[in-house]
Amino acid sequence: MSLYSEKVMDHFKHPRNVGVIENADGVGEVGNAKCGDIMKIYLKIDGDIISDVKFETFGCGSAIASSSMATELIKGKPLSEALTLTNKAVAEALDGLPAYKMHCSVLAEEAIKAAIKDYYEKNGIEYDRELFKESSCAHCEDHE
Amino acid sequence: MYVYADNAATTKLRPEALEAFVRTAEEYYGNPSSLHTAGQRAKEELNRCRERVAAALGGTAREIVFTSGGSESDNQAILSAAYFGARKGKRKIVSTAIEHHAVLHTLEKLKKEGFEIVLLPVGERGIVSAADAEREIDDDTCLVSVMLANNEIGTIQPVKEIGAICRARKVPFHTDAVQAVGHMPVNVKELNCDYLALSAHKFGGPRGVGALYVRTGTPLKNLIEGGAQENGRRAGTENLPAIAAMTVALETSLSRLPAYTKRVSALRDELIDNLSKIPHCALNGDREARLPGNVSFCFEGIEGESLLLLLDEEGICASSGSACTSGSLDPSHVLLAIGRVHDVAHGSLRLTLGEDTTEEDVAYLSEKIPRVVEYLRNMSPVWRDLKEGKRTYIL
Repeated sequence: MSLYSEKVMDHFKHPRNVGVIENADGVGEVGNAKCGDIMKIYLKIDGDIISDVKFETFGCGSAIASSSMATELIKGKPLSEALTLTNKAVAEALDGLPAYKMHCSVLAEEAIKAAIKDYYEKNGIEYDRELFKESSCAHCEDHE
Repeated sequence: MYVYADNAATTKLRPEALEAFVRTAEEYYGNPSSLHTAGQRAKEELNRCRERVAAALGGTAREIVFTSGGSESDNQAILSAAYFGARKGKRKIVSTAIEHHAVLHTLEKLKKEGFEIVLLPVGERGIVSAADAEREIDDDTCLVSVMLANNEIGTIQPVKEIGAICRARKVPFHTDAVQAVGHMPVNVKELNCDYLALSAHKFGGPRGVGALYVRTGTPLKNLIEGGAQENGRRAGTENLPAIAAMTVALETSLSRLPAYTKRVSALRDELIDNLSKIPHCALNGDREARLPGNVSFCFEGIEGESLLLLLDEEGICASSGSACTSGSLDPSHVLLAIGRVHDVAHGSLRLTLGEDTTEEDVAYLSEKIPRVVEYLRNMSPVWRDLKEGKRTYIL
């Protein structure tokens, strides 16, 4: 199918880092089933480094590919760097997404931030709340 | 292996129709509006096609208008009835919640122009009630429009009964028979309809051509002005090769209908039985009153677009009512109308079998689909929550 780039299809068909981390240090889940996509990110953190990351996604091809790409981009990176990951960077790394699928890359960015926030809160680590804005999916609750 | 299971989207062009297309393009190149021999020969061929299409539907030649397809036919029927209704002060239209967008969007447009639009519910089985329709018809009603068979879930509607009610109440009745023609018996007299829309590419004809049946005495307004073609009811030089190909495709479909119905219904039932074994799934639409080739399921915990993409990788062409396949936020209005909540409506799959579908195809679909569903469920956080009891199964 030519709806997606080869890179999106590669990550969709052969997703990297699918699965669960038992006793993960941080877990983030964003989206909702009503909207048709949910992403869940599990982090293993050693010191300040994301030593392992896994994801589970309920969603379309680009949601799965965005999750896969996002995990690759943050694996082995310090938390401070993972926090700077933007949805645009995820989409660019996938050689682009169709305009109406850009929200999938937004979900990936938000899922990672949610997992890091969870890690900070579980461990009582102070963090800049400005970095964690409300999920863009909140509006979905309104439509039925 | 390659399995084309999207015949409700479009069918493969029949060889007989292709042959008719090419032959007509070569032999009848004249413009039917021209006075010379070449033009008159083309006009005669056009008239023969009109007679054959009319005969296939149980109408007369003058009652057939060739159009660009189902959407145009639906638009013209509805806008005509609305226009003539409004002139008599009637501005109410009764239809159903599961109509094709060619009908629903036209009705939305009329709503903005002040018409009252009533969309009847269809219940879990996906079938509208004739009694509900009867209750809604009043002196202000200028049109009732009910599809003969649904495009997503294949359910067959009580058009004959609703048509009889409309006839008795003298209310114009339109049926969108786009999915039905060539797949079940369709006779305009038996259906008691005043308008009927059909599209050639749903029964092995070419795309871009269709017809509108308009019962004698029923008013029709032009959508396209600019010439006296189609008895002054649709301007534009007739697409004669496509019309001839549609005519042949229609006759071929009808000649094979009894055998097609028997064979394809059996394949459909087998596929439904096989896919029903997948845990936490549900068939969409009534099991009995459905088109021979339609199989539509919702699978809990997964999303339809990823399912389609993976099936495509396995050589399977299918369709889904998921929001992600349409580019909109909401899943199919048809699935919502039969009571599927958003969460499961996103995980829908439509397989529409056709004349070329084989026993081997059904075996292949039955083998691959459960595997792909399981693969996607295994990476779905929703499925995990369901398994772990953190979420309640809907299906």
